[in-house]
Amino acid sequence: MARIVVVTSGKGGVGKTTTSAAFGAGLARAGYRTVVVDFDVGLRNLDLIMGCERRVVYDFVNVINGEANLNQALIRDKRVEGLEILPASQTRDKDALTFEGVESVLNALAETHDYVVCDSPAGIERGAHLAMYFADDALVVTNPEVSSVRDSDRVLGLLSSKTRRAEQGEEPVKEHLVVTRYAASRVGKGEMLSMEDICEILSIDLLGVVPESTAVLNASNAGVPVIMEEKTDAGQAYDDLVARYLGEEREHRFLTEKKGLFGRLFKG
Amino acid sequence: MGFLDYFRSEKKRSASLAKERLQVIVARERTNRGGADYLPALQQDILEVIRRYIAVDDDAVRIQVEREGDCEVLELNVTLPETE
Ligand SMILES: Nc1ncnc2c1ncn2[C@@H]1O[C@H](COP(=O)(O)OP(=O)(O)OP(=O)(O)O)[C@@H](O)[C@H]1O
Ligand SMILES: [Mg+2]
Repeated sequence: MARIVVVTSGKGGVGKTTTSAAFGAGLARAGYRTVVVDFDVGLRNLDLIMGCERRVVYDFVNVINGEANLNQALIRDKRVEGLEILPASQTRDKDALTFEGVESVLNALAETHDYVVCDSPAGIERGAHLAMYFADDALVVTNPEVSSVRDSDRVLGLLSSKTRRAEQGEEPVKEHLVVTRYAASRVGKGEMLSMEDICEILSIDLLGVVPESTAVLNASNAGVPVIMEEKTDAGQAYDDLVARYLGEEREHRFLTEKKGLFGRLFKG
Repeated sequence: MGFLDYFRSEKKRSASLAKERLQVIVARERTNRGGADYLPALQQDILEVIRRYIAVDDDAVRIQVEREGDCEVLELNVTLPETE
């Protein structure tokens, strides 16, 4: 049986899809059979970020409606052995994902994989609810910024009340904090909430801090999960994050800025 | 205090202001969470009853549920207008 991991945030544009792609690729690289499922019905972006947009034939909704079987819809990644994606539908019908449909697809995926990573849409409406409902673990993606932190707290409330585990009185969904777009230099100047501030407010375990990095845009331009760019700061931060998730102890590397000449000259 | 320090302390306040505001709003939203869907309606009804007797502001009634051990306590605060 697979573990189902939702990547969620409430607020939009904070890095859920970037994180889903990197996390999924990282788990597969570590030898786990992994599938990343795009729940963002209508917008479908995971395929682009993972570089398989031209190979999409059938999608999640086709499978739910019985128009295709799961094997026809799953796309195997060409670079990483054991990595697959299930693309979202571009239908405008927001109710295309049914509760029963999602449940049966996730059950089927869980039988043939070790990890099912669910890339949630933004918001706290139906799509986000379905993406988190069956989860065992949650990666709560947060930017160091007031509205993102507040939305993450609301999402934590939903994870502890509106999920299968909560409703059936099982062990709660395991929540992990992922802080992305972290600009250590701005934190140092007191302009940006620090990792400690965010941890104190949300009081959940910190899984990883991903720095604000041009590598993320570059990787998305090329359709490569940023974790594959091993020389980049963001790639390394995601690599650490996956290793920690799998139980390894690793230090947080990107909490302080690497001071360049300019920084050293103006060091106060 | 140097010229650069002046700007630096302004900015210090920026992040800590964000933190303070977040702590307040998150604490408030957490107490409103957890099942009590009827609270906003109850708050509105109480406000209307009070207004039959006294003219109070829209935000005069504050209501929240506190958990104390096994029992829940409904806490109600009504701010009356200042009398001169
Ligand atoms: N660590 C980072 N550094 C710089 N840019 C980043 C970083 N993480 C994400 N971004 C950028 O932020 C934007 C949004 O990222 P992404 O699509 O992953 O967010 P999302 O949460 O999935 O958005 P949505 O809510 O729309 O689904 C993208 O342009 C991405 O390149
Ligand atoms: Mg997304």
